[in-house]
Amino acid sequence: MSYLPYALAVWIFAVGLYGVVTSRNLIHLVVSLTVAQSSTYVLLLSIGYVNRGTAPIFADVPKGTRAVDPVVQALTLTDVVVSVTVASLLLALALQAQKRTGKTDPDEVAAMHG
Amino acid sequence: MTRQTRIGLFAVSAAGLAALLLWAVAGLPDFGHYRGPYGKVLNSVAVGERHATNVVAAVTFDYRGFDTLGEEFILFASVMGVALLLRHERGERERLTTRIHSDAVRLGGAGFAAGLLALGLYVVAHGYLTPGGGFQGGVVLASAFALVYLAGDYRSYRALAPIPAIDFAEGAGAGGYAVVGVVSLLLGSAFLHNFGPLGTTGTLASAGSIPFLNIASALEVSAAFLLLFTEFLEELAVTPGDG
Repeated sequence: MSYLPYALAVWIFAVGLYGVVTSRNLIHLVVSLTVAQSSTYVLLLSIGYVNRGTAPIFADVPKGTRAVDPVVQALTLTDVVVSVTVASLLLALALQAQKRTGKTDPDEVAAMHG
Repeated sequence: MTRQTRIGLFAVSAAGLAALLLWAVAGLPDFGHYRGPYGKVLNSVAVGERHATNVVAAVTFDYRGFDTLGEEFILFASVMGVALLLRHERGERERLTTRIHSDAVRLGGAGFAAGLLALGLYVVAHGYLTPGGGFQGGVVLASAFALVYLAGDYRSYRALAPIPAIDFAEGAGAGGYAVVGVVSLLLGSAFLHNFGPLGTTGTLASAGSIPFLNIASALEVSAAFLLLFTEFLEELAVTPGDG
């Protein structure tokens, strides 16, 4: 039971990777990559979890309340931002590839500009 | 490489990857028994040291402030990349003509967009006190404008979104963050070291220089998302028949 969150992260990663490898569409490829990357959020947040800990926000709880790790949460924030920027850049490239070749299947795009 | 060979190769390497992942997961700390020391230290000292009640924001904009500068530049660079790829001569073209005709959707969208805008400003302003911050609030702010497009049309989006100011805001956000770091240097401490009066814990006037970095990243993030929306929507606008 205590390894379930990690198993979930591995599962999300596997699903995303499978999507990337079998993709027939560049947009689908980018979304699959985003799915694979989102497994890292689950992994980071589950590593930082402390049993019965609250969010690391001490606005209306007394100092010294047991809270989860703030460092991995900040890392997850960075992770999300990087994921979004990579996705937007790849989507722009996919658009360009479609405009240049008229194709959206990664195999066909590669075949034309191998 | 053909599709079949690629999938075959993937099947083989996936088995190896699965074994390695299982091995790695077995070595992770038991869920709920986090062992890293930094989080515990920060949770006990951040409020007293920096007068910020949101420790995640204190980590992002203070203890790991330098990393966040790098993150800002990643965002800046990739959004510039998108603009470079998609922005081109825009002469006469077919405008996006899809228009939402349902009055209920248009009215609801307008109402929600106003609410989202207020929520975004709130999330940004209270970033170092309660959950939120410049990054989260910036995305909420930009999505208010996306909602204008979704519930209305492209013309209303262009009319409402501050298009001419986006590029400037994008640069000012990334640059402003670095400027706050340089001010620390001028005051005689390390780059991005927290400066200024720490104020009263739990009020908006607290946490030293964290609010400035918070606002700089809010500006950067909301401008970046608006720029992305605009570039991709313009792409739709120049493709006749696809709108």
